[in-house]
Order: sequence, then structure tokens, then C-alpha cells
Amino acid sequence: MKRLLRDRRAIFGAGVLIVVVAAALAAPLVSTGDAAAQHDIVATRFLAPLATDARGTVHPLGTDRFGRDVWTRLVYGARVSLGVGALAVLLAIAIGLAVGAVAGYWRGPVRSVLLAFTDFVLALPRVVLLLLLATLWRPSAALVILVLGLTGWMSVARLVQGEVRALAARPFVEGALALGLSRPRILWRHILPNALTPVIVAAALGIGNAIMLEAGLSFLGLGVQPPTPSWGNMIASGRDTLVNAPWVAAAPGLALVLVVVACTLLGDALQDALNPTRRG
Amino acid sequence: MLAALARRTVTGLAVVAGVVTLTFFLLRLAPGDPVELLLGPTATPAQIAAQRRALDLDRPLVVQYAAWLGRFARGEWGTSIATGRPVLALLVEAVPATLELVGLSLLLSYLLGVAVGAVQATARRHVDTTLSVATVTLFAVPGYWLGLMLVMVFTYWARALPAFGRAGLDSDFLSGGAWLADRLRHLVLPLATLTLIGIGGTARFVRGAMLDIVGQPFVRTAQAKGLAPFQVAQRHVARNALIPVMVLLGLSVPALFSGAVFVEFVFAWPGVGRRLVEAVLARDYPVVMAGTAVSAVLVVVGNLVADVLVGWIDPRIRHQTHAT
Repeated sequence: MKRLLRDRRAIFGAGVLIVVVAAALAAPLVSTGDAAAQHDIVATRFLAPLATDARGTVHPLGTDRFGRDVWTRLVYGARVSLGVGALAVLLAIAIGLAVGAVAGYWRGPVRSVLLAFTDFVLALPRVVLLLLLATLWRPSAALVILVLGLTGWMSVARLVQGEVRALAARPFVEGALALGLSRPRILWRHILPNALTPVIVAAALGIGNAIMLEAGLSFLGLGVQPPTPSWGNMIASGRDTLVNAPWVAAAPGLALVLVVVACTLLGDALQDALNPTRRG
Repeated sequence: MLAALARRTVTGLAVVAGVVTLTFFLLRLAPGDPVELLLGPTATPAQIAAQRRALDLDRPLVVQYAAWLGRFARGEWGTSIATGRPVLALLVEAVPATLELVGLSLLLSYLLGVAVGAVQATARRHVDTTLSVATVTLFAVPGYWLGLMLVMVFTYWARALPAFGRAGLDSDFLSGGAWLADRLRHLVLPLATLTLIGIGGTARFVRGAMLDIVGQPFVRTAQAKGLAPFQVAQRHVARNALIPVMVLLGLSVPALFSGAVFVEFVFAWPGVGRRLVEAVLARDYPVVMAGTAVSAVLVVVGNLVADVLVGWIDPRIRHQTHAT
């Protein structure tokens, strides 16, 4: 923990994430309060950043082609993008933990089959799989969470499997067995809590990745549907107005880069803090 | 070596077969009747029944699957619903464009990424930090957004480079040199987008791999016996770091292909990725199915090539596989 607090990457990453999450939670307080608000469309569309419209409202990041405030959409979009990313990673970790724990603790055919299945899913091109799954059902935020969770659990499963396998050979597990505890109970109460360390790193890195993929799917029109703002569909709508209103696409993209950088740096710092043999 | 290669090939084939099977059953789960989609709302019940029989849709699922596998293996991939053209031709003509983009980008991002990562691992601390900030940012940039920003700067502001397609409309009428220049001008922006992102990931990985080796005892031995720092870096660190770097090659093929899906879409690059996205958006099931299989094959082949290279470079792996 001390190491982590001294690490500039951790401070930057955590700081950015705290600010973004706070802005997303306090969205009605820090913005105009309505991400879909349209007034006089012709008069208020494509206002440049920092412009003030006829009603006296300041638009810190300008307006889009429907006269909607880009800053407001950005903070409300953060709710969607971060929420979808976090839930997708939670789902991925839950599946990964279950598969990894079972494969690590039960030897024999169970382990071989689960590991072979993990390797199989790992070998599939993830974006292609995402596209395929997104074709089949009506696009929605819930579908994106499900699809990202179902295609993101493999690295967690492998990490957990390795940890559980090593822990299962330790004397305290033998002791617990000798005390007459049931195997699922030993796994749940004694082994899994000790195997969680690498999962924390995977979660930090996974959230950045999930946010990026959500934005990608929404950019293609297969994720969160407009008018609900998500950073991906905001970039997509800015694509058409790149010439006369570049800020519409630039702002959500920069926000996305900032958040993904923050997640990656935090993940790196955590990894170094947990594994002190590597130089930071 | 050969036995290992054969084993990897079998695994690769199993992955492709798995993808094909998964695609088939997932598409059968999808809502909507493909026949009604194919014939449109004006079709009579008799026409629908006839088409259903022609597509074998009235037979049990397992029979359909077996028949479909047979047709798939023979290259009869059906007709695209959206364009009415044979699926095989649609995809075959898209493969060279993807190979051109992904292949060149793999080469460039690899060379540059390895160079940057090696510099980071050996340079002074502030150089390392500066480059780390740069690579982590590149690593975090979504390809489609970087593509849009490059289009904004180089096409709309500087008016220097084309933003769409693989060749100009007049490309068929251009002679040798002008034709090549036209193609290269169209290649610059998509290639730059994909390569910049690739450099970020590669450099991060190479830096980590080299630092892991710098911490090994044999490096300290080399330093202790008085070798110049450059010699230690070149003869002891770089050679050993080459192995994880080659493993990375296999990992970066699927990542690059995924990136190419978005980049091709943004730049209207006529490759497999763009075909796939268009087919997905149009619910063009036959093309989606075949496109998924083709991309699985591309990724599996990429991994296989990387495996062969690793075995070729690393005698430990080569001999280990001899023994088994």
C-alpha cells in the first residue's frame, strides 16, 4: 500500500478515475442536467466550445448538430460508458473466478476440459465474436455487458487457476481437510480469498479494455443506442460533422483515452506493488 | 518440431471448426426467419415453402448442420442477402486488402515498437518515463477515433491525403508510377492509424520483457566480468528478450486484426473487416458466418506462424518438442 501511494502512476490513475466517477455521479450538478435537451436547433447547433447561446447558457464544449450540449452529454455518457465497463468486468471476473477455481482445485478430466475450453475461447478473435453476438439480438446496454463479460473472462480464469493450484498444495489446506471441512467450503473460505491478488490487476486493466470495446460497439451502432449518450455513439455522431464541428467527436475520444490511460497506469502500478521484483 | 507443429495445426483446425459450429447454432438461435428476410414481405406462402425446402430449412437441425458443413468445406458459401453476390467471391476479393494493411502494419509497428521498448529498457530514467507516457497513451487510443482525428487534420485541414478507400476513382486509367503513388497515398492514413496503436502495445511488452531479463543473474555475471554495457545489452539481454518478443507476434495478430476491423470501417478500406461490419449492420447472415470463419482462419494461421518462429529461434523449445 505504501509503495502504491508513492507511485505517481497510481496517484494519477486513481485521481483521474475519482474525478471522472465523481463527475458522472454528480452529472445533474455539473452540467445543464438534460443530455437530450434540444432548444432552437437551428440557432443553437454547432456552437463552438465556450460559446454562450441566446438563452444565456454557456456550452463549455460546444453543441452538436441538434444543439445538444456536448459537455452534458459527456458526463451523462460517462455514467453509461463507465457503468457498462464496470458491470462487464464484474461479470467477466465472476465467470473467470468460477472456472478458474474449479479448474484449479479439481484435478483430472474436469481441469483438462475447463482449461481446453478456456484456451479455445481465448483463441477466438474477440472483436469478431462481439460483432457476431451483437448481430443476433437487438442492441442494448445489457447486451453489451453480457457480450463483453462472456468474451472477457479467460485471462482471469487462467490466473485464478494457477493461484488456486499452488495454494491447494499448501499445508493449511491439508489442515483444513483434516479438520473435516468440505472441499467446496475450503475452496470458498480458505483458498479463493488468497487467490484474489492477481484478479485486482486484471480488473483494473480489464475495465479500460471493456470501456474501449463498449465505445467501439456503440461507434458501429451495435451498442448503446442514441439518444442515450455513450462515448462511442457520441464519436459516431461526431463523425458526420468532423468538418464544421470537430469538437463533437474530439471530446468523447479524449475522455475515453484519459480514462483508459488511467486504468492502465493504475493496473501497472498495482502489478508492480504486488510483484516487487520488477522496476517501476 | 514437426510433431509439435502437427499438434498445433490440429488445435488450430479445432478452433476453426469450433468457430464455424458456434456461428451456425448461434445464427439459428437468432430471431427472425432467414427465408422471409431473403424473399421480402411480398412472398406468397408457396414461395416461402419452396425456398425453405431449397435451403434445407425444413429438415432436422443436425442434418442441416451436416449439410452446411459439407457445403462450407466445398466452398459453396451461399449468396449474400444484401448484395445478391456469391459470398466466397465477396470475401476472396477482400482478403488482399486486409493482408496488405495488416501485414505492413504488423511489420512497421513491430520494428518501431521493439526499437522504442529496447530504448526504454536501457535508457536513463526520465527518457523511459517520457516514452512510457507516450506508449501508454497510444495503447489507450481507440483506432477508429485516431483515424477520425487524422482524417480531420490531414484531409480536411491540410487537404493532403485521401480519407476513403484503397484507390482513387480514376485509378484504372493511371499509368505505372502514378497508379502506385495513388495507392500509397490512400494507404498512408489507415496504415498510420493501425501502426501507431500497434507501437504502443509492442513497446510496452518489449520494455517489460527486457527488464525481466536485466534482473536475471547471468546479466549481473556479464556485467561483473567487465563487459561494456552495450555488449551486455546486445549479446545477453537482446538475444534472450527475442523469445517473448516472438511470442508477442502470435498475440498481436488477433489484436491487429481486431483493430483493422474498426480502421477498415472508418477509412472504407475494402477488406474483410469492413465487409464483416457491413454484413453485421445489414443482418446479412451468410456473409457474417463466412466472414467469421475467414477471420478465425487468419488468426489461427498468424498464431501458427509465430509458433514456428519461436521454435526456430529458441533451441530449448525446439529440443523440448523433440523429446515429446
